[in-house]
Amino acid sequence: MSKSIEILSIENLGVSIANKTIINGLNLKVNSQEIHAIMGPNGSGKSTFAKTLAGHPECLISNGEITYLGTNINELEIDERANKGIFLGFQYPIEIPGLSNTIFLKTALNAQRKAQNKNAITAAEFLKELQDNARLMGIDQSFLHRGVNENFSGGEKKRNEILQMLMLKPKLSILDETDSGLDIDAMKTVANGVNHMRKNDSSIILITHYERLLKYIKPDFVHVLSQGRIVESGDSTLASKLEEKGYEWLLKK
Amino acid sequence: MESNKRKKNAPELEEFIDKKYQYGFVTDIESETLPPGLDENVIRLISEKKNEPEFLLEWRLKAFKFWQKLKPPMWGHLKIDDINYQAISYFSKPKQENAPQSLEDVDPKLLDTYEKLGIPLHERAALAGVAVDAVFDSVSVTTTFKEKLAEAGVIFCPFSEAVRQYPDLIKKYLGKVVPYRDNFYAALNAAVFTDGSFVYIPKGVRCPMELSTYFRINEAKTGQFERTLIIADEGSYVSYLEGCTAPMRDENQLHAAVVELIAHDDAEIKYSTVQNWYPGDESGQGGIYNFVTKRGDCRGHNSKISWTQIETGSAITWKYPSCILRGDKSVGEFYSIALTNNFQQADTGTKMIHIGKNTKSKVISKGISAGHSQNSYRGLVAVSKNAEASRNYTNCDSLLIGADCGAHTFPSMEIHNSSTILEHEASASKVSDEQLFYCKQRGINEEDAVALIVSGFCKEVLNELPMEFAVEARALLAVNLEGAVG
Repeated sequence: MSKSIEILSIENLGVSIANKTIINGLNLKVNSQEIHAIMGPNGSGKSTFAKTLAGHPECLISNGEITYLGTNINELEIDERANKGIFLGFQYPIEIPGLSNTIFLKTALNAQRKAQNKNAITAAEFLKELQDNARLMGIDQSFLHRGVNENFSGGEKKRNEILQMLMLKPKLSILDETDSGLDIDAMKTVANGVNHMRKNDSSIILITHYERLLKYIKPDFVHVLSQGRIVESGDSTLASKLEEKGYEWLLKK
Repeated sequence: MESNKRKKNAPELEEFIDKKYQYGFVTDIESETLPPGLDENVIRLISEKKNEPEFLLEWRLKAFKFWQKLKPPMWGHLKIDDINYQAISYFSKPKQENAPQSLEDVDPKLLDTYEKLGIPLHERAALAGVAVDAVFDSVSVTTTFKEKLAEAGVIFCPFSEAVRQYPDLIKKYLGKVVPYRDNFYAALNAAVFTDGSFVYIPKGVRCPMELSTYFRINEAKTGQFERTLIIADEGSYVSYLEGCTAPMRDENQLHAAVVELIAHDDAEIKYSTVQNWYPGDESGQGGIYNFVTKRGDCRGHNSKISWTQIETGSAITWKYPSCILRGDKSVGEFYSIALTNNFQQADTGTKMIHIGKNTKSKVISKGISAGHSQNSYRGLVAVSKNAEASRNYTNCDSLLIGADCGAHTFPSMEIHNSSTILEHEASASKVSDEQLFYCKQRGINEEDAVALIVSGFCKEVLNELPMEFAVEARALLAVNLEGAVG
């Protein structure tokens, strides 16, 4: 393994939505090639945390600093963060009727390449990568020409998120409940995509409700989020403990 | 402290918005322009300057008399300032001693203008193989690819030339689809029209290339009144495209055109418009008043007329390209994208008049409203008593960007035959914040994200355009949406 560098560092983060405090005193460090699982009960602030990292305008940072690759990104626009390699896998991917998946992905990829002073990808290169990654994710060719997430099933939407991640090759991916609503085969496919990404020098924050995804993706760290802050951290054995004992014992801490 | 307040426009965006209407330049060229005002003498003068036969002058004068008795139509969902028809000049022509015989004789400044507009006037530059007729203010400047078209027997020339060379065809077809009695603007056009394009496709001929006309208003205080007449004889096919631009000026300028299409037995006409007249500025100052009457007559058995329009320009658009489905088994289609931003107003749609048996019509309308604009779809499907087994499918979608604009639909039906089958679908949606967030999270900036979402919304109509123009139309939608969000 190459020498690990710090990708993300969060100190004493506070976030509110519509004047309600959701994240309160959150600390986290993520190094390159690490997978961090963030677990926690409903309403603990997991999705708000994910959206805050992506720069969603309704998540107002009231306190603390998000440092990404050595720079404070608190003030950065959504697309600027994306162009620096931050990817959010949506819990509920958005439909854009009529806009083909292929055009959407190619536009996104070239926007990111442009921001990184790289030439636009050639049509041939793009198609080859798209076909390879679609195969990996078990996505049929015909899907690529349909509207973005238009009339996709829940499982298809989630696989499409991972396909986008594989194409965009982010440095940091935040996957928000990518496992929810998946049957066991779809979950294996998704896990396969994530593990593929891990080999490509990418760091991943997995937000999940259940331990079952972690059977297929072995995290380096597991954190428990409660009332907007991390109350317990450990290695992958913590997940099994949670599965066994639930969250109650931690919340009382 | 709320530290991640969104920044507004990035500097490069500001710059982009500033050069929004890129066709707003004025060509400094000497021109011969009649003083403002309209009376019988002006009409006689126009007719004389064009060396017109007597029958045409008489027709113009009848139209003028009729027009004087009319009032402008007020039923549109539009707020229109009174127009002083005596303050408009009805004829302007680039000064040149003799009419140009070939491209070499055309003023280089004019060629420059068309170059800036991206119109390949030079035949060698016409990579796409599109024959172009260019109308500058009132006069047609040049028509390319004449010889190649002549080989196929296709006539494609300025209207004024057709009047002199093919007076029998003009006499037979002029005003037969849109009579001067049709409406206020059609009557005005009949009285004062100065040029336009004429197309005749002979029996059994498939026109070997796309035909295209570019209209340009250059002079201040002039109106543009062109007239297009296309006749597709039995079993022929033609695809025709028109594009329009104008300089940026503070005052409103009037454009009142008439287009007549005639399709005989088994003939097909595909007519596409990319309308990008100057829309006025962000505060609604200036812009073109676009009051246009377009109608196609599916006269023959099994004939077909298809209208495709991309309406992005003009301060006000009042326009209803229609089909009269007279021939049995004839087909009429209307595909429309109307985009309004800032203070633009559009009231546009179609009329499908079913007269023949087994006639079919299809209407796909996509209205996009942004800024403070108002965008209305107005449609009529009429089925006469004898139009057995006719069908219509109408799909009418509106997309709203922001909270200060309006989208309206005024569909109506007059059905007099019980065997008619009608389908009507309508929807209204918004470009949502979550869609924008999703696109931006993938690295796409806000302006491009809006353009992508809109192009997805318009897909069915964009697919109807000839390939090379579909690209242009997408770019145009993007440019006209600038500043629509944020």
